[in-house]
Amino acid sequence: YAAQQKTKLSKNLMRMKFMQRGLDSETKKQLEGEEKKIIGEEHWYLDLPALTKRQSFLLCEDLLYGRMSFRGFNPEVEKLMLQMNAKNKAEVFEDKTEEVDVSDEEMARRYETLVGTIGKKFAKKRDRVSYEEHENGDVKLPKEKEMFLKPRD
Amino acid sequence: MLAPAMAEVVAVAAESLAGSRARAARTVLNQVVLPGEELLLPEQEDAEGPGGGGERPLRLNAGARSRVRVVCGPGLRRCGDRLLVTKCGRLRHKEPGSGSGGGVYWVDSQQKRYVPVKGDHVIGIVTAKSGDIFKVDVGGSEPASLSYLAFEGATKRNRPNVQVGDLIYGQFVVANKDMEPEMVCIDSCGRANGMGVIGHDGLLFKVTLGLIRKLLAPDCEIIQEVGKLYPLEIVFGMNGRIWVKAKTIQQTLILANILEACEHMTTDQRKQIFSRLAES
Repeated sequence: YAAQQKTKLSKNLMRMKFMQRGLDSETKKQLEGEEKKIIGEEHWYLDLPALTKRQSFLLCEDLLYGRMSFRGFNPEVEKLMLQMNAKNKAEVFEDKTEEVDVSDEEMARRYETLVGTIGKKFAKKRDRVSYEEHENGDVKLPKEKEMFLKPRD
Repeated sequence: MLAPAMAEVVAVAAESLAGSRARAARTVLNQVVLPGEELLLPEQEDAEGPGGGGERPLRLNAGARSRVRVVCGPGLRRCGDRLLVTKCGRLRHKEPGSGSGGGVYWVDSQQKRYVPVKGDHVIGIVTAKSGDIFKVDVGGSEPASLSYLAFEGATKRNRPNVQVGDLIYGQFVVANKDMEPEMVCIDSCGRANGMGVIGHDGLLFKVTLGLIRKLLAPDCEIIQEVGKLYPLEIVFGMNGRIWVKAKTIQQTLILANILEACEHMTTDQRKQIFSRLAES
């Protein structure tokens, strides 16, 4: 008998956070709807035409971005001009291939020297000598390890 | 610019004020309006039309009136359910782009004195540094405050390099008649977007507010022609201040003179000056 008759929990208890976790979305929406109705009926509102007042000229006229640069005087500002003015017209489609922090050339240059410094770490003492000989900037890899060659018949 | 139209407009406006009947905003678009005029919104024209004089039909359900959300912009004020004009100028209207109801009405007026408005990008001059904030003169009734944390990449340890006398390009976050205006040099995402300290050299000068809006219009020919002259950089502040910089001092001065003078020049005079400059 006890299993058939569910204990009735109060409305306030149902609104508490730990009770909401187990509910599915539909019951949640129902509860929210009921709450909004209660709040909505108590809300006082002015029965006036909706005339919002805005003092800014920005939404009245489509104005361009305030910083401008011409004929390459300030390249960063020219990039900004394209970005900001495009935002006004349409949503900026972020081209991920263009947005790199470091240019490709710089990356290649860094890697050139990087290969040398990391290679030094794993080289044996004998090979490290050949690294240090070329200190003027060109990094030559050490000669190949001399392994035992099987005699060919 | 307004002189030829003024005579007949004043006559018409005076007549309507004397007759104390509000005109429909729709019929007055792009015409000169004077302070004190009341304008009707499109949805109210039917009620006011033939009856005149303020008789309105009784409605059982007031909420059934079509609520078109109209925004009243600068120069207009709400008066009952009509628009009251507070500045003299031409009445403009913009249709809503993506259907968010009603559109915007505003008065295109001219003035030299700037009143801080939230969201405006302005050029300010740092006048004082007190503790954690800078006092920036923006041309309003009081200096705006700018916190040192309101720059991109600024932390308590990493303070921005701003001195007294520097030029700052920033936007207002708080600007109303009851509080001191506050400005910042980052946007809501925390990026600078070109705001911050404006570089050294260059020239700062003041023009009227209407000229700034005219120069920043998307189809402004003056800016396009100026950009073809020589490499230069311009920053426009909505508070009437323009900062220009070019390679030589002479070029900078020429640029400043052109921008100041182009307000009162006709198109032909302007084209003459530009062609003369292009030759030399």
